Amino acid sequence: MQFLSYLINGISLGSVYALIALGYTMVYGIAKMLNFAHGDVIMIGSYVVFFTFGTSGMNPILSIVLSMVVCTVLGVVIERVAYRPLREAPSLAVLITAIGVSYLLQQVAQLTWSSNPKSFISVISGIPFLQPLSLFGGQLTISAETIVTIVVCVVIMVALIWFVNNTSAGHAMLAVSEDRGAAQLMGVNVNATISLTFAIGSALAAVAGALLCSSYPTLQPTTGAMPGIKAFVAAVFGGIGSIPGAFLGGILLGIIENLSKAYISTQLSDAIVFLVLIVVLIVKPTGLLGKKVNVKV
Amino acid sequence: MGEMLSVKNINVFYGSIHAIRDVSFHVNEGEIVTLIGANGAGKTTTMHAISGLLKLQSGEIDYCGQTISKMEAHKIIRLGLAQVPEGRRVFSGLTVQQNLQMGAYVRRDGKEAIQNDFDMVFELLPRLKERRNQPAGTLSGGEQQMLAMGRALMCKPKMLLLDEPSMGLSPLLVKEIFKIIREVNRNGVTVLLVEQNAKMALEIANRAYVLETGTIKMEGEATELANNIEVRKAYLGC
Repeated sequence: MQFLSYLINGISLGSVYALIALGYTMVYGIAKMLNFAHGDVIMIGSYVVFFTFGTSGMNPILSIVLSMVVCTVLGVVIERVAYRPLREAPSLAVLITAIGVSYLLQQVAQLTWSSNPKSFISVISGIPFLQPLSLFGGQLTISAETIVTIVVCVVIMVALIWFVNNTSAGHAMLAVSEDRGAAQLMGVNVNATISLTFAIGSALAAVAGALLCSSYPTLQPTTGAMPGIKAFVAAVFGGIGSIPGAFLGGILLGIIENLSKAYISTQLSDAIVFLVLIVVLIVKPTGLLGKKVNVKV
Repeated sequence: MGEMLSVKNINVFYGSIHAIRDVSFHVNEGEIVTLIGANGAGKTTTMHAISGLLKLQSGEIDYCGQTISKMEAHKIIRLGLAQVPEGRRVFSGLTVQQNLQMGAYVRRDGKEAIQNDFDMVFELLPRLKERRNQPAGTLSGGEQQMLAMGRALMCKPKMLLLDEPSMGLSPLLVKEIFKIIREVNRNGVTVLLVEQNAKMALEIANRAYVLETGTIKMEGEATELANNIEVRKAYLGC
């Protein structure tokens, strides 16, 4: 029974990783860059929820929507200001810039809100009809946060896959991710498509932030960094560039992390997560669902 | 038969290399014009300059009375100027059907009209119909070339830029591809064809330009050039 509880909590944590990983994987697939500032967008989103819902008592749903709007704008602005001028630059320059943006966001957050941890009030607790689920005559209790996190993640996943495969904008994303030049020749506006990708990724980051901080209620300027890195691991684990891969990688990573916390060592759990990444990269460099890239001449 | 495309004294740099020097040529409506030349002569660079993938250093490109040399690639295609790029560049993870759908990306004239063109493309290229649900990456080179052409036709172009359609194909397939080009042209699409296979290109073209190290060396009627001693020596191997 305990195992089941660990497993479910692992899936829930993994769902958050999956949501964040989607941002990494979509941006990588379409803009061919690693946006290491993605984790910090989550942190900004969480602060928005903290101040609007936690401090001012705004409606929790409204607060998350507001946070999504703020993150979307932030993501698009970051891309426009920091990454777009480097579109033709070597990928190393873009990578360094992304790390720079990440520190910038953390430092700005620290200056604005100080580095003192704030205790985050679960957004789920603000929605009265959501109650913990008790199973097997009370032997297994699943918190409302856990359930909501998993459900939200699955719904977003399904919606996103539908969007990519069934809308014109989604097709444009697929085309740009395969061949930017050829997509342009089809009439796809590459800059607009990349902006859209950042917008979607950042909106999902806002949701992930609110869910993450509802389950793990400490908020500080570095809150986004570790989940960001782990979600990146999840994206690579599942096969970077692949949307179902991000989902699978995220869930598996969450389960591995939670089970190693429970059965091996709390301190070592992060090390185990990164060990998994190393093993996967050795055994299957393209990740679980990653496609082999054929370079044709 | 007015001038549809006119390229006027263009200069293009590829990094620090001056790839195209003062190149001028034109294509009249309804024609097949070919640009022949060896590897590295600047054929593909010229194509990319026309379709907006590369920026000009100087010069001007006009298409249907409009200056397009400052326009972005994704806007140029909306004017009915489509390119079939070198090396096909089909979307290999997407199915044949989805690739063709991408070709119709800029169209806003309704599902029915697009469906009609699907039928038209499948009639012209029956092999694609059999493989419509297959990922494009699993097609053979010839089929990929046909798909790339079908994809470009899906946007209902007035003019088609074809970059090395014969590359890497068997002689039999090359013949088939050129037959298709002729048919496309007969259906009212103006064609600018870039080729290393000068023999085939001169056979179907009305007029031709010879491109050598970034400059136009010769121009004239295709039949005239096919009989020119220099061209025969350098490009026809006889």
